[in-house]
Amino acid sequence: MMAAETRNARTEVAAPALTAPAGAMGMPRHHLLIFVGLLALGLIGPFVLYPVFLMKVMCFALFACAFNLLLGYGGLLSFGHAAYFGSASYVSAYAAKAWGLTPELAILLGTATAAVLGLVFGALAIRRQGIYFAMVTLAFAQMVYFFSVQAPFTGGEDGIQSVPRGHLFGLIDLGPDRSLYFLVLAITFFGLLLIYRIIHSPFGQVLKAIRDNEPRSVSLGYRTNQYKLAVFVLSATLAGLAGATKALVFQLASLTDVYWTMSGEVVLMTLLGGMGTVFGPIVGAAVVVGMQNYLATLGAWVTIIQGVIFVVSVLLFREGIIGVLGRWLKKPL
Amino acid sequence: MFELLGIPPQALFGQLLLGLINGSFYALLSLGLAVIFGLLNIINFTHGAQYMMGAFVAWMLLNYLGINYWAALVLAPVIVGITGVIIERLLISRLYHLDHLYGLLLTFGLALVIQGLFRNEYGISGLPYQIPPQLSGGMNLGFMFLPNYRGWVVAVSLVVCLATWFVIEKTRLGAYLRAATENPTLVGAFGINVPRLITLTYGFGVALAAFAGVLAAPIYSVNPNMGADLIIVVFAVVVIGGMGSILGSIITGFGLGLIEGLTRVFYPEGSAVVIFVIMAIVLLVKPAGLFGRAA
Repeated sequence: MMAAETRNARTEVAAPALTAPAGAMGMPRHHLLIFVGLLALGLIGPFVLYPVFLMKVMCFALFACAFNLLLGYGGLLSFGHAAYFGSASYVSAYAAKAWGLTPELAILLGTATAAVLGLVFGALAIRRQGIYFAMVTLAFAQMVYFFSVQAPFTGGEDGIQSVPRGHLFGLIDLGPDRSLYFLVLAITFFGLLLIYRIIHSPFGQVLKAIRDNEPRSVSLGYRTNQYKLAVFVLSATLAGLAGATKALVFQLASLTDVYWTMSGEVVLMTLLGGMGTVFGPIVGAAVVVGMQNYLATLGAWVTIIQGVIFVVSVLLFREGIIGVLGRWLKKPL
Repeated sequence: MFELLGIPPQALFGQLLLGLINGSFYALLSLGLAVIFGLLNIINFTHGAQYMMGAFVAWMLLNYLGINYWAALVLAPVIVGITGVIIERLLISRLYHLDHLYGLLLTFGLALVIQGLFRNEYGISGLPYQIPPQLSGGMNLGFMFLPNYRGWVVAVSLVVCLATWFVIEKTRLGAYLRAATENPTLVGAFGINVPRLITLTYGFGVALAAFAGVLAAPIYSVNPNMGADLIIVVFAVVVIGGMGSILGSIITGFGLGLIEGLTRVFYPEGSAVVIFVIMAIVLLVKPAGLFGRAA
């Protein structure tokens, strides 16, 4: 009963998306405006702010949106998304450095690794529901972490350092931050639009139905486990895309990327921005990454502040920044 | 000396003992998680931090107030248990009408805060805690050398686990608890103060974690991060055992500790991940867990 009530409360936030007026490309006009605005911000950004910082924000925005696809629309709380982010980061870094692959191939290989890992762990994890699902995904992620500590190719505590950014398609030098920036912008936008498309496809509608009432969806004839596995793999793959891109941006893959704190951070970004909203995780990622960047001198206080934000968000602010904004504007964002 | 499967018995039994000790902590922690989950429907992510607090409170009692190990063994769980009661009353109790996942997120945030505070104050290098003089030294059992303190940890953990089982399964208080797990509204209608029962249950589960922390203090150094990785392994233990049965949690905890110890002897590289691999197998074969009821 309790769970059903909450789910209903959550549905009310997400449901109006169906009825909002459609603009170009089947997208409600205000969504289109926001996407155009984000793209404009992305194009002006590197001339105003430090490009590496913006690239970090974009990688984590994609990571958080991929996570939100699973939590906000599939209703599945994975506490181990660092596994996909981090393993993709390791594989693409290794491929670019040791095998000398071009950046686009390195990113593809990293993303594919995350997809395979997502398929294996997802198939096992969806055998349990709710709270157990969260614990299972967390445990598998920790397994990947311990593997990364021991495996010879990850470089242990040092990680894989000074990864070459290389030449895109063997032609464009990605060494300068500006040129890499536009690749990252393109990847992020591709990811965001893909996620938007998935959410608003018939597949996405079935997902929301499963999230809101799984037994009912089963009785309507949907094979819910296949849907859950599919969204799990999609989410893991896109998280991998973010991780692989991040490895090129920082030219580094390290244990931080696979540790449980990373899984916690992406949960925080999504919760703070607004789970089950299209744009919330982007805002959440910007806030959390910005906070880490500007408060880095405070050391362990950053962790404490993150913990406090978690507690406050859960107790008082469950809709998140964009969720509240959307309610004020009476438009789902 | 004889050898077993090419392994000298000293090494084999030494690792098995270490496995049993880890198993004691798995059992105490998963027992606390199971008791809390049974009544509150919340997975207490703060459990690892509360285990760490137990060790730290014991260290503080000794170094600031000169209170020895034996008193700390009682005092530290009580103190940490009281902080648990405060956390439950102030924060967790506001979430009972929501999805269980919010409880997980809240307690995760609390764990970050607690670990961060201790890291700020005491650093991450770890503080030593002496084995109490009564338990220093060891016995030669013929086939192995048994350090007294390690024997004590295994024995006292087993006793505390079995006492918890006895209280929950065989006493009137335990009957109230089990009834409130099944149907809190009905139990409330019989005049039992269910909210107070819930608060005390959380305090008790937290105290168990702190007790494990005090036991661990002389073995591992007292460190703000000591509970962070442990709690994830304990989650895997809970998934393997299922949270339906108290005795099941105890058996799973000790059993997995032993298996981990054996792995350390025969295939050391696999010892860190063996419990997760077992979890994957259990999910394939018996998704509800070895002792769990099908959801």
